[in-house]
Amino acid sequence: MLRLVVRRLLQLIPTLLGLSVLLFLWLNRLPGGPASAILGERATEAEVARINRALGLDQPLYIQYWRFLKRIAELDLGTSVQTGQPVWDEFTLRFPATVELSVAAMIIAIVVGVPLGYFAARKRGGWLDVTAVSGSLVGICVPVFFLALILKGIFAVNLGLFPSYGRQSTGINATDVTGFAVLDGLLTGEFDASWDAISHLVLPAITLASIPLAVIVRMTRASVLEVLGEDYVRTAESKGLRRRVVRERHVLRNAMLPVVTAVGLLTGSLLSGAVLTESVFSFGGIGSFIRTAIDGRDYPVLVGFIMFIAITYVLINLLVDVAYSLIDPRVRVH
Amino acid sequence: MRILRSRAARAITAALAVGLIATGCASERDKEDSKGEKDTFVFGAPGDPSSLDPALASDGETFRVTRQAFEALLEHESGGSKLVGGLAETWESNDAGTVWTFNLRKGVKFHDGEAFNAAAVCANYDHWFNWKGTYQSSAVSYYWQTIMGGFAKNEDKETPEANYKSCTAKDENTAVIEVKKPSANLPGGFSLQALAIHSPKALKAYEAQEATAKGDAITYPKYSQEAGTVAGTGPYKITKWNKGNKEVTLQRFDDYWGEKAKVKNLVIRTIDTEDGRRQALQAGDIDGYDLVAPADVKTLEGEGFQVPTRGVFNLFYLGMTQEKNPALKKKEVRQAIAHALDRENLVKTQLPEGGKVATQFMPDTVEGYSEGVKTYAYDTAKAKSLLKAAGESGLKIEFCYPTEVTRPYMPAPQDLFELMKADLEKAGITVTPKPMKWAPDYLDATEAGSCALHMLGWTGDFNDGYNFIGTWFAEYDKQWGFRNKALFDAVNAGSKVADEAERTAAYKKANEAIMAYLPGVPISSSPPAIAFAKNVNPPKVSPLTQENFAEISFK
Repeated sequence: MLRLVVRRLLQLIPTLLGLSVLLFLWLNRLPGGPASAILGERATEAEVARINRALGLDQPLYIQYWRFLKRIAELDLGTSVQTGQPVWDEFTLRFPATVELSVAAMIIAIVVGVPLGYFAARKRGGWLDVTAVSGSLVGICVPVFFLALILKGIFAVNLGLFPSYGRQSTGINATDVTGFAVLDGLLTGEFDASWDAISHLVLPAITLASIPLAVIVRMTRASVLEVLGEDYVRTAESKGLRRRVVRERHVLRNAMLPVVTAVGLLTGSLLSGAVLTESVFSFGGIGSFIRTAIDGRDYPVLVGFIMFIAITYVLINLLVDVAYSLIDPRVRVH
Repeated sequence: MRILRSRAARAITAALAVGLIATGCASERDKEDSKGEKDTFVFGAPGDPSSLDPALASDGETFRVTRQAFEALLEHESGGSKLVGGLAETWESNDAGTVWTFNLRKGVKFHDGEAFNAAAVCANYDHWFNWKGTYQSSAVSYYWQTIMGGFAKNEDKETPEANYKSCTAKDENTAVIEVKKPSANLPGGFSLQALAIHSPKALKAYEAQEATAKGDAITYPKYSQEAGTVAGTGPYKITKWNKGNKEVTLQRFDDYWGEKAKVKNLVIRTIDTEDGRRQALQAGDIDGYDLVAPADVKTLEGEGFQVPTRGVFNLFYLGMTQEKNPALKKKEVRQAIAHALDRENLVKTQLPEGGKVATQFMPDTVEGYSEGVKTYAYDTAKAKSLLKAAGESGLKIEFCYPTEVTRPYMPAPQDLFELMKADLEKAGITVTPKPMKWAPDYLDATEAGSCALHMLGWTGDFNDGYNFIGTWFAEYDKQWGFRNKALFDAVNAGSKVADEAERTAAYKKANEAIMAYLPGVPISSSPPAIAFAKNVNPPKVSPLTQENFAEISFK
C-alpha cells in the first residue's frame, strides 16, 4: 500500500513539471503580457518597462522559466491582480467554502445515488427504476447554471425556505477555526452558525450534486445489473446463502468498483461545476473568485488555480486507487 | 469498541439535533435588537471593494463603502451635485485659484478618538504628497495624480509634475492648501473620497506598512485589507471585512459630529450578478441594491419595491476612431453618421425613464453646458446626401460593441447596437458587427483605437465640465485618433482659469467647438436606478451615486 502511495506521489512530479511548462508558455504568449494585466488600462509605456524590468521579463526565456518554477516550488503563487493580495492567501481564504460545497454535493450524490441505483437495478423495470433512469437523464441534460436559477427562484425567492445567496447570514458572528463554516460551529458549540451554514449550503449543494448524482445512479444501476447476472452470485444463492448476505457482500461490494472510480473523477469535475454554481448563489468560494479572475485577466490566480486542480486530480486518483484496493483485494496482490 | 463508537455517534447526533432545533431561528433574531426593531441594513453591491483606504482606490465600489466612514474637506449636497462644506465648513480661494483656505468644522472626532484639526488635514495631504515607490504608480494613486499631479520626488519621468505645493495649519481650525497653478479639478477634487481625511494616528500606522511590488504585482498594504487600523470621521466606522463571505460590516459611530446614523449596523455585501441582487431583494435577504437593470424597474415597482432613479450625471456616446477608418477623417461622413442615428428612439426604447437625448459631451446638469451647440437631427436623406458629397456612398464600417455588460449609462449594449446598426444601414452604410467581451477585450480595443465605431460612456466624479470633456478631448487620444490643436486648446482653455464664471464660459465655447468638429456622437444621459425594500426609508439618491447610508431608516 505504501509503495502504491509513494509511487503515485512521485508521478505528480513529471505531471506538474509538464503542466508548468505549458502554463509558462501560455503566460508568455498572452496579449499585452503580465505588465498590462497588472497595471491596467492606465499604464504608461514607461511604467510597463519598469514593471517588466522588475519582473525580469527582459531576461532570456529559460531564466524566466527557472524563476517561475522556483516560485511555484516555494508555494509563492504571486499576487492577485484584482485584490492586490498574495494568491496563496486568497486561496486559503476561499478554498474551505468550495471544499465544503463539493463535499456536501458529493455526500448528497453518493447517499442518494448509490441506494437509488441499487434498488432500481433490483426492481428492474419497476416504477422506481423508470423514475431513476429518466430522472438521471434529466439531471445530466439540464445545465447546472439553469438548475441553479430554477432552484433559487422557487425555494429561495418565492417560497423563502432558503437564503438566496452567500455562505452565512448577516449578523452571524461565527468563530473562524478551520474555515469550514459547518464544522467550525460544531467545534465551538455555536450550533446556530452551523445551522445557518447548512441552510446556505442546501440549494447550491443540490445544484452541484445534480450531475454526479445522475452519473452515480446510472453507473450503480448498470454495475449491479451486471453483477447480478454473474455466475458467482448464482452459485452463492444456490449454496443457500442468505439473500441479504449475497446482496451486500457479493453484489454491492463488487458493483461498487466502477462507481468508486467514477466518484473520484466526478469529484475533480465538481470544482469546475462550482464556478457556475457559486456565481449564481454568490457563494464566497474559489468558484466565483475564478470567474472574476477570468474577467479581470488575473493570471497569477488562474495559474495557481490550474496547478491546484492538477494536484487535486492526481490526489483524488490516488485515493480512488487506495479505496479500490480496500474493496478488491486482488488489486493489492498485483 | 464498536459499542463505544456508536454511543459517541449517537451522543453527537443528539447534541447536534438539540442544538440545531434550539437555535434554528437565531439568524433571523440577530437582525433585530431587544426592542424588536430592525437594526441592520444590508445592501447588495455589484462588486467587492479593493481597499479600505480610499486613497489607494479609483473604483466606485470601494468608495461606496469608505464614503460611509471617511469624509473629505468638501462634499456634495445630499441628493445633488452642488459642492457644500464637509469637514470644512466654508472655504475660499485667492483670485489666482492657487491658495485654498478651509475653515474647519469644530468638535469633530476620528473613530480612534483623535481630534480633527488643521494639523490632521495637513498630515493627510503631506502623506500623499510624499508617497514613494509603488505608491507612485498610477494604478495606486490615480486620483491624487489626477487632482494634484505628482509627488515631492517623482521617481519616474512619466509621472506628472506636482501641482501640490504645501499645506499649512494656520491655526487649529484653519488649513491652507497651496498649489502651483490653478486647476479645473479644484475645488471639486477636495470632495473626492480618494482625498478623504484619515486620523493622524492611523496615518502613522499606514506608513509602517508599505505597498510592495514584490514578485509580479502590487500588493496592497495590510492595513487597507483588514478593518482595525483605518479611522475616519464619518457616521459609520468600518468594523469588519469578511472577504470569504464578501461583506463589509460598519457600525454607527456614536461620537459623530453631525446627525447620527439612524440604523445601527450597515452591511455591504457583494452579489455580483444583476439577477442575484434582484432575487436577494425579492427574497428579503437584503434591504437594497445598486445597478438595477432598466428592464427590472417596472417589475420591482409592481411588486411594491422602491426604485428611485438618480439625477442624470452621465453621458453615453458613439465613438469614432478616425485613424482606424480613413473615411471618418471626412467631416461629412461623421455628420452623416450623426444624422443617420435616431437618438430619440434609442432613448425612448432602450434607456430607463428620465433618459435624455444628449446634444453635447456633457449632461445638462453640468456647469458649462451650452444651448448654442450645433445639433444633428435624425434625417436619413440628409445622411445619404452627405455621404454622397463625401464620395463615400458605399461606406463599409466596423462597429465594435461589448457583450455581457451593463453600465449605468448603457443598459443592454447589444440592443443599442442593433438599433444603431439598423439606422446606419438605412442611410446606406454597411456595418460589420464586432462583439467583444467587455473587460479586458473591449476596453483595451477601444482604448487602443482599434474600433472604427464603438460605444462608451462616463459618469462624472464631480460637477465640473472638464471632468467630462477633458476626459476625452484634452489632447490626442488613440480612442478618437485625431489631432486638432484648436479643439484641444478650446477644451483646455477653461481648465486653468480660477474664476468660475469665466471657466463656465470657456467650457461652453469648448462644447460648441466640439460639436462643430463632431469627433463622435453624444447619444444620451440617463438616470441609473437603485432599489430598496418596502420597509426602508431610502437615502436621498445622488446623481454622483454618492448615497449617504446614514440617512437610511426602517419604517
